[in-house]
Amino acid sequence: MSSTPPDVSLPTTSAVRLVAERELRTRLRSKAYRVTTVVLVVVVVTFALVMNVVRNRDTTQHVGFTEAAAGLRSHVAAVARGIGEDVATVDVPSEQAGRRMVSSGKLDALVVSMQGPRVQVVVSKKLDPQLESTLTSAAGQVTLNRQISDLGGDPAAVTAQVNQASVSVTALEPAPHFDPQRLAVGSVAGILIYLALLGTGMSVAQGVVEEKSSRVVELLLATIRPWQLMSGKVLGIGLAGLLQVAVVGVAGVLAGQLTGALTLSVSASASVIAWLVVWFVLGFTLYSLVFAGLGALVSRQEDLGGATAPATMFLVLGYVVGISVLPSAPDQPVVAAMSLVPAFSPTLMPMRLAMGGVPLWQTLLSLGLAVACVPLLVAVTGRLYRNGVVRTGAKVRLREALRAD
Amino acid sequence: MCHVGIDATALEFDGVTKSYGDLLALDALSFGIRAGEVFGFVGSNGAGKTTAMRIALGVLAADSGEVRWAGQPVTFETRRRIGYMPEERGLYPKMRVGEQLVYLARLHGLSLAAAEEHTRTWTERLGVASRLGDDVQKLSLGNQQRVQLASALVHDPSVLVLDEPFSGLDPVAVEVMSQVLRDKADVGVPVLFSSHQLELVERICDRVGIIKDGRLVASGSVDELRGAGPEQVIVDVPGTDPAWARDLPGVRLLDATGGRVLLQLDAGVDDQLVLNAALRMGPVREFARNRPPLTELYRHVVTAADESTPGREPVTAGGSR
Repeated sequence: MSSTPPDVSLPTTSAVRLVAERELRTRLRSKAYRVTTVVLVVVVVTFALVMNVVRNRDTTQHVGFTEAAAGLRSHVAAVARGIGEDVATVDVPSEQAGRRMVSSGKLDALVVSMQGPRVQVVVSKKLDPQLESTLTSAAGQVTLNRQISDLGGDPAAVTAQVNQASVSVTALEPAPHFDPQRLAVGSVAGILIYLALLGTGMSVAQGVVEEKSSRVVELLLATIRPWQLMSGKVLGIGLAGLLQVAVVGVAGVLAGQLTGALTLSVSASASVIAWLVVWFVLGFTLYSLVFAGLGALVSRQEDLGGATAPATMFLVLGYVVGISVLPSAPDQPVVAAMSLVPAFSPTLMPMRLAMGGVPLWQTLLSLGLAVACVPLLVAVTGRLYRNGVVRTGAKVRLREALRAD
Repeated sequence: MCHVGIDATALEFDGVTKSYGDLLALDALSFGIRAGEVFGFVGSNGAGKTTAMRIALGVLAADSGEVRWAGQPVTFETRRRIGYMPEERGLYPKMRVGEQLVYLARLHGLSLAAAEEHTRTWTERLGVASRLGDDVQKLSLGNQQRVQLASALVHDPSVLVLDEPFSGLDPVAVEVMSQVLRDKADVGVPVLFSSHQLELVERICDRVGIIKDGRLVASGSVDELRGAGPEQVIVDVPGTDPAWARDLPGVRLLDATGGRVLLQLDAGVDDQLVLNAALRMGPVREFARNRPPLTELYRHVVTAADESTPGREPVTAGGSR
């Protein structure tokens, strides 16, 4: 030899690291990755801003009373207070002045008069249904008081008695209280982890097919073992995905806290992000192994959708069930049971954990089952990958790839 | 079988057999390549060249038999010392030339510094140094081919296995490539390459192996192979009737153009007797041994193997260099 022979020992860690570094560098440099990250950040920040606007909107109903209807005013205020409705009452000098105030939007409703039990109300377009029932029960009270007076009774005494009537409830299984804020955060967490898992999973499958279709895999497998290539790829793409999830999660929480849309405590926000990261890592490990194994069965990007459909199906199913059921029923028992199964836990658990009220045993069981699944999947998908990755041409049948060695 | 002394053989295929289902792709293939030798591997499509190379690189597993390097079975670790160019070209299309070569060199165990140095050296030598920062897919096919060769050389391999390295190259690149193979062989590297371009093989190979249906049907130096068939002579005696040759015992007249004849001599026939006979006819302007080009020999060997199915013995003319 002209030069000294190079040192050709390549420890496993170096082989996996080299592959992972290449994947990470390629990913971070790719336009698609950067664009997706920016779009996701914009989406969560916009969501936080919209939430803030919705929350600060003036929901108080302004009701004006003419002189003819002045007797109703105190009753309306009392009824509204009683059922927790936000109603501001005001006297108007005349009906004309009142109508002008309705037209200009200063008043939501103008009570013009009360003849007998009937109340005349003027509104711009339509009467708020809640305000309508408030006015109805106030008018009912006035009518009732008149009848009591006519019969010689004391309306004030009757009202005091009536007001004492109440229901006392003893709950045998008190339902956990769900903060609407946390339900919203949970939904966002669900969307985020679903998009991240789907995106990174497909990246892994596409990467596998790219190596197969460009035949570079033949060159690579002459130097490193199939499992080293597969682990390096999963690790590199996973790190890029993790970075994306963390950036988007932190941007969302920061935007929420800074605008005041999110009144969640800092520690609760941190726990949402922490669980998001934990479940992304677990979910990514599970799903990307399957995506890599299935991707190795085909040689063309066009065939990829069909080959990865089984994995995509579970991912979509978990997400759709979660996003459609959990926000209205965070402790729905079927969904809770599903969230323990490793195929669904990566999408459902982070949503449930963000919404709160998950018993500790369920948290631990879902984590344990998911972790226990990893070695099993490594064995099965490693076999798929090893047998599929050097066979180019037609799609390799699943059964064939599992059997052959 | 082709027996070559183990001592002299750097890369050796020994009884390598491989079948895909019912198709026997390699049928106890055995041959060896010596250190410092350029060995041309020829055969029709589907004869088993690519399968043999892929087995040497561990991309495929043989059903039986083994590939040895310096007397030891090729293992996963020693395979890193082989420079390989797959038949189906393989590079990341969306990766820069320079990064790609450094990456591949490092996968072969080189340090970053050594990988970068070798990348520079080989891209300069192969004339693609100006494209280091470009994605591979932006290069012309010919330049991609040069990068592919660079990827087989970048880790300073001790053995070269190249599947059709000349296909798709322009004449200048063919010259560069031939010189590179020669230079590697001159520093003791055994070089195995396959090709359909027989004139090229004839010109640059020290030895040639012809494979058919998974078996080596001929091997040896180009001269040996060309001389291996029945002896032929060309005799030019202007102005004579070719019939003179027909009457000679053990001589067959193959072709005649004017007074110029092509004769095939049976085994044991003295060519000097033929020359004497010719001189008796008139002045002899030309008397030469006819050495068929490799293409003709190839055709002869491949069709002959077709005709004699059972007990076909490889035409062996090797091992005496």
